[in-house]
Amino acid sequence: MSPNPTGFMSKPQREALVDPLFNNNPIALQVLGVCSALAVTTKMETALVMSVALTVVLIGSNVTISLLRNHIPASIRIVVQLTIIASLVIITDQVLQAFLFDISKQLSVFVGLIITNCIVMGRAEAYAMQNGPGMSFLDAVGNGAGYSLLLIVVAFFRELFGSGKLMGVVLFPLVTEGGWYTPNGLMVLAPGAFFLIGFFIWGLRTWKPDQVETH
Amino acid sequence: MLESMLSLAVKAIFVENMALAFFLGMCSFLAVSKKVETAIGLGAAVIFVLSITCPLNQLLYNFLLQEGALAWVSPSLATVDLSFLSFLTFIGTIAAMVQIVEMTLDKYLPALYASLGIFLPLIAVNCAILGASLFMVERDYGFGESIVYGVGSGIGWALAVIALAALREKMRYSNIPPGLRGLGITFILTGLMAIGFMAFAGIQL
Repeated sequence: MSPNPTGFMSKPQREALVDPLFNNNPIALQVLGVCSALAVTTKMETALVMSVALTVVLIGSNVTISLLRNHIPASIRIVVQLTIIASLVIITDQVLQAFLFDISKQLSVFVGLIITNCIVMGRAEAYAMQNGPGMSFLDAVGNGAGYSLLLIVVAFFRELFGSGKLMGVVLFPLVTEGGWYTPNGLMVLAPGAFFLIGFFIWGLRTWKPDQVETH
Repeated sequence: MLESMLSLAVKAIFVENMALAFFLGMCSFLAVSKKVETAIGLGAAVIFVLSITCPLNQLLYNFLLQEGALAWVSPSLATVDLSFLSFLTFIGTIAAMVQIVEMTLDKYLPALYASLGIFLPLIAVNCAILGASLFMVERDYGFGESIVYGVGSGIGWALAVIALAALREKMRYSNIPPGLRGLGITFILTGLMAIGFMAFAGIQL
């Protein structure tokens, strides 16, 4: 552990927490968990709920798997990991259905799909199996935040330009309701999400050229 | 009957393409689309696994998990609702099926196993597979429909990944701005493909 000026966290701890935001973003660089990132971002509200749900599952699975890492036989580790993750997702899904029923209906199958979200599996396999529970917790929070960041950025543009609203509050009054803004229909459709993530990656890699791929 | 099956198949392959309309299976879609050959291998494996797991999960859901499904065991169980266990059951079935498929291929079709080998374990965590089962439950498909839906959505996914791989092979010769190279341009390309597939939405059967 290196000495640290802030006295709050050691350097590796800070790195585990902050790196996934821009330097090693799970979606933009590691290409993990893209499926749900695109599907739930037509509105800020669903994107936020999904971010929270994923982060909770990620923290739970990383800590649990890290605690059990010395007891899981290597040959059946995928099944064990999947079972732990699936149980956490069931709990999350039941909580959402109980307290946020409308949003859980809008998220439809995508809450269930957190099970196969590659971020959860990927971090369990790549990080939690090798590191202690404390570091795994920070890694989970960091990766959850990196995922949430991209989701919120994409959802912001899609909701604002696709339907003139943010969190359901009208910012640009639509032409159909007597306002001035003609919504950009492409934004709420599937291709809009692909383009936005493509441009996000372009921006990120222009800012941090070391992430550029060779071809 | 036949007509509705046909329209379901067309819907699953083109209109509601797993990859391009629902963004499912994106991780492997982006990771394994660098070469046409490997894309074909993965596509075939996905079709194979989807067409087995989707009907199998339909049976499990209808005879074990759904509310009242256990009535055939004994009338006293008619009010039991195990549907909250569906995620766990589905992913268990998928992981087990992938394992069985892998072992069967290894024993009886070693040539096919050698070409699919590395992709099979990946498929257990391909969201398109679990997604198909969850959509099947949400839309209340019957057994016949679930077979058509499983095969159809598998073909649709395979079609999309092979097409993308072909485009990416061609793109290697293009001059792309540095920041867009690799993942960035692939996303934009996929977006353009999704627009193309939206044209199928007009098909009425």
